[in-house]
Amino acid sequence: MTVDPPVGADLEAIEEERLERQTDEGAQELRSTRELVLTGAPWPEAADPGETMVVNMGPQHPSTHGVLRVMMELEGEVVLRAKPVIGYLHTGMEKTGEELTYVQGGTNVTRMDYASCLSNELVYSLAVERLCGLEIPPRATWARMMLVELQRMASHLLFQATNGMDIGAVSMMLYGWREREEVLRLLERITGLRMNHNFIRVGGIAADLPDGWQEATLAVCDRVEAGVREYDALLSENPIWLERTVGVGVITTAEALALGVSGPILRSTGYPWDLRRAQPYLAYDEVDFDVIHTTNGDCYDRYRIRLQEILESARIVRQCVERMPDGDYRSQDKKVTPPPRARIDESMEALIHHFKLFTEGFGVPAGETYVAIESPRGEIGCYLVADGTSRPVRMHIRGPSFYNLQVMEPMMRGHLVADAVAVISSVDPIMGEVDR
Amino acid sequence: MGEQTDAGAREEFHESAADGAADGAADGVAAAVAARVEGAVAARSCGQAVLCCDRRHLAEVGRVLRDEHAFTSCVDVTAVDHLLDADRWVPPGIVPERFEVVANFLSHPRNLRLRVIVEVPEDDPVVPSLTGVFPGTAFAEREVFDLFGIRFEGHPDLTRILMPDDWDGHPLRKDAPPARIPVTFKAAGGPR
Repeated sequence: MTVDPPVGADLEAIEEERLERQTDEGAQELRSTRELVLTGAPWPEAADPGETMVVNMGPQHPSTHGVLRVMMELEGEVVLRAKPVIGYLHTGMEKTGEELTYVQGGTNVTRMDYASCLSNELVYSLAVERLCGLEIPPRATWARMMLVELQRMASHLLFQATNGMDIGAVSMMLYGWREREEVLRLLERITGLRMNHNFIRVGGIAADLPDGWQEATLAVCDRVEAGVREYDALLSENPIWLERTVGVGVITTAEALALGVSGPILRSTGYPWDLRRAQPYLAYDEVDFDVIHTTNGDCYDRYRIRLQEILESARIVRQCVERMPDGDYRSQDKKVTPPPRARIDESMEALIHHFKLFTEGFGVPAGETYVAIESPRGEIGCYLVADGTSRPVRMHIRGPSFYNLQVMEPMMRGHLVADAVAVISSVDPIMGEVDR
Repeated sequence: MGEQTDAGAREEFHESAADGAADGAADGVAAAVAARVEGAVAARSCGQAVLCCDRRHLAEVGRVLRDEHAFTSCVDVTAVDHLLDADRWVPPGIVPERFEVVANFLSHPRNLRLRVIVEVPEDDPVVPSLTGVFPGTAFAEREVFDLFGIRFEGHPDLTRILMPDDWDGHPLRKDAPPARIPVTFKAAGGPR
């Protein structure tokens, strides 16, 4: 472990260190004009109010990652103010979650952040398990960790692809998608589906890992690591890429924290906060990995962090392959776990039990809890209120993208429209999770 | 596991540290704030520290947490409609109401979490806004306003965020049934 845990980290010291290391004068100047978000100071006025123009970017726009709409007031080509408008993908998933039993809930939450479905399933399952006080066998814990890290690789590869495309490196899109497909193919082999797996369930995982998963997983790790080296060579020192991303969309640690921002965006400001390290869940306290953080808080740093995190995830996956424990892949609590298929043929009780579990579901003791984990985009949380029946009173998902979107406003200010595209891309919002 | 019906068993469940990871520091913060703010009660829920207070003090509690206890972020604001489970467990000294507004605070430097819960009555669903203390709650409060109809006093831009601007009602309320949308084309008399 090369990075100190953030516990007790001193905000001011981080800010000072960051300012020292910050060399880009333009970015410095920009930051000094932006005390506003925290102090609530008025927006800068246009030199000539008659000369501004309000432009709607999206909701149908290739670079808005789905159906995000950004209203921008422009003076010439400079963004004076920007307001993200959301709700175009609102499907009432939290309402649906109240109608579904805890057994069915996984299929619902997995469709929220569709680029990292397993994180959603995991946080939901952890919340239910906490309410039930359920113990999870070690093999399930490690398998979950491996799957979530594979998904993190896929999600960050998706970011690399779309980020490249948005900024104009179209070949990057093809490369990113190519490697992501390898990861999805592996996930399909393990879970049965490319996306929306519903594989992490309350009590463990849906099925044991298939034969030969070790070799397949290691092969994917090799492939992705080679891909990352390729992207690094292609972009990291590419003058056009640097021109488009360095010093663009700068945000400070204090701003990020006040706005509730988490994940790679917060880490790009120099604050090494990662729930996997700070508040370990699953078995993250038993594996070796680094919390990647940089100091400039611009688009380039966010690209860099996600690139490095792919490698860190591959590192965790390799440790999971090496240390995967034997044993049950799901809890043996009969209230939660359905009987094995073979038992249904020979036992009436097993048949009844199976039927009851999938029609009625299982009751969860009354209570409420909030569980948070680190998704590829930041802190994803599940607030669950149970009343003793088999359906939750309230199922709320705290989507990281929802909060991260608010940071666009300060990031875009004073930049060109073309940079606004880079900013949207580097925030990496998934609208399914924003609107839920 | 199992159905819990009697109040005593529920209370016991709430007070036991279900995950075994009871962090005393968060409880200490909850107790300190409870001692400072009138009518506030520190409690535990599934092993997590919870502070219940009067809704008028929500913003004040946020400010105390930020300025005196190093809580750097308000990670989440949401609400619950308890219309159908009015007999739920609440800490002693708290009068249950129909709505609950729930704010999750996180202290990055101290690595603590604290959840603040306020009861909001149906006939006057107003809560002071946290945006003055934590600007990041702006979207979340708009969402609660949109889906539950709870107004946040002092919010700079309290408009609908997920539903269309002309939407009637608040979908996450328990008396708003799912899948019931007013007919759009009434004038066209169909075959039926």
